[in-house]
Amino acid sequence: MVETTNTPLTSKISVRNLNFYYGKYHALKGINMEIPEGKVTAFIGPSGCGKSTLLRTFNRMYGLYPEQRAEGEIILDGENLLTTKTDVALIRAKVGMVFQKPTPFPMSIYDNIAFGVKLFENLSASEMDDRVEWALRKAALWTEVKDKLQQSGSGLSGGQQQRLCIARGVAIKPEVLLLDEPCSALDPISTAKVEELIAELKNEYTVVIVTHNMQQAARCSDYTAYMYLGDLVEFGETEQLFFKPQRKETEDYITGRFG
Amino acid sequence: MSATPVQKVNSMAERQARYNSRNRVNTVALILAVGAMAFGVFWLIWILIETFRLGLGGMSLALFTQMTPPPNEVGGLANAIWGSLVMVVLATLIGTPIGVMAGIYLAEYEPRGWLAETTRFVNDILLSAPSIVIGLFIYSLVVAQFKSFSGIAGVLALALIVIPVVIRTTENMLALVPAGLREATYALGTPKWKVITKITLRSAQAGVLTGILLAVARISGETAPLLFTALSNQFWNSDLSKPMASLPVTIFKFAMSPYENWQELAWAGVFLITMAVLGLNILARVLTRQK
Repeated sequence: MVETTNTPLTSKISVRNLNFYYGKYHALKGINMEIPEGKVTAFIGPSGCGKSTLLRTFNRMYGLYPEQRAEGEIILDGENLLTTKTDVALIRAKVGMVFQKPTPFPMSIYDNIAFGVKLFENLSASEMDDRVEWALRKAALWTEVKDKLQQSGSGLSGGQQQRLCIARGVAIKPEVLLLDEPCSALDPISTAKVEELIAELKNEYTVVIVTHNMQQAARCSDYTAYMYLGDLVEFGETEQLFFKPQRKETEDYITGRFG
Repeated sequence: MSATPVQKVNSMAERQARYNSRNRVNTVALILAVGAMAFGVFWLIWILIETFRLGLGGMSLALFTQMTPPPNEVGGLANAIWGSLVMVVLATLIGTPIGVMAGIYLAEYEPRGWLAETTRFVNDILLSAPSIVIGLFIYSLVVAQFKSFSGIAGVLALALIVIPVVIRTTENMLALVPAGLREATYALGTPKWKVITKITLRSAQAGVLTGILLAVARISGETAPLLFTALSNQFWNSDLSKPMASLPVTIFKFAMSPYENWQELAWAGVFLITMAVLGLNILARVLTRQK
């Protein structure tokens, strides 16, 4: 039932016949899609449609909860993430994630960034300083915190905390960055900063963003997927999907005539 | 859009009447709550006043330097203070790591498995078991086997009281750490042991520490588990294989005696324990507030 308006050239993640269950509840129903490399892909759809669920399969986040289960294939660099013997920690180092609510670690701003880096790299003190600065600059936070790197991360404002979490995700240099409604707790100015950041990140990363805000999807994504009740209804170039949707359901949703 | 039926609107007078009646209920509830609080605080303050009145007089340097005396002779509580200190510290050192690790297992590793459910159930029983039962248990296990009361038996009995308290508070405090923080840590590719030691335990440390302090406060006043284990000792003793004096048992013995100097020392001991427990509780409060 998927209408693909344009096939991307290279795909970073291939989802094939993915089914997902919360206990007995069938939350994703036979999803097939190709996430293009070096682009921003947005998942939109009403609450409960499965967009966050889909995102959380890409780094096997669901594996923390024994009653959640995924079947099918998610191919990243030729490897099926669902069945691979590769340690899940290494997958997560490659596929970073930023969550809806800012989650600063109970430590200094500097250590918030250094924590993840130390897990996989052995850097000298000066190299670490450089990495922390680089990540904070990427997240457009450097100028605001450069004089208080040793202060606690939880002392920052909500918008700053969220950018700190993005910096933390970027610092370990993942290949894919998953953003789960990263702006829903932010004010418009912080949101604008995060969106600018997303635009910049796509030069080096494959970005997948879940958003409730259709304008946001339209503004900052190259490809958009519309999901409804666990089905992928339509997936294609963002402009196509918003201006010439192939399916009636998509059109109803984006024009607000839904339900 | 279908037309909604016209809603009946209460008049201003009716609204005022409803507001007044809510206000009256509020006043009654407030009076009851304040009364209940005053009742509890009344007894507590009375206990504190009595402790001060009867215990403060016994405060002297001799209390901390001299041994428990025979009837009608001058002395202090040095051996009992020392014995209590040694046994409480050792019991905490034994009980805390076991309790914290078990709490981590319950909260982080297998919150819903059969082993966790069983542990939780058994722990709840242990938590509410009368301490005299624990004293008798250690008596039959250690004292009867070695045919001697000993400090180590007292330490074991107290540790058995510490463990369930620490397990319970550690689990509860870890469970309060938001799932989002845990997920965010895993999302960086952090191994589980590091998530626990660096993030969740660190977020919950004030609460866990409070639990440990409350356990210490509890065992520093326990008498029953020491009566059958460490028993008591008139002399200074640091040998854990021999009977050891402690403040609660000394108080028990001295308070029931007909000798005035013993009774006075008992009150001094009560004062010391009360102050120590009060101090620990205040410390625990300060720690949780900083969070």
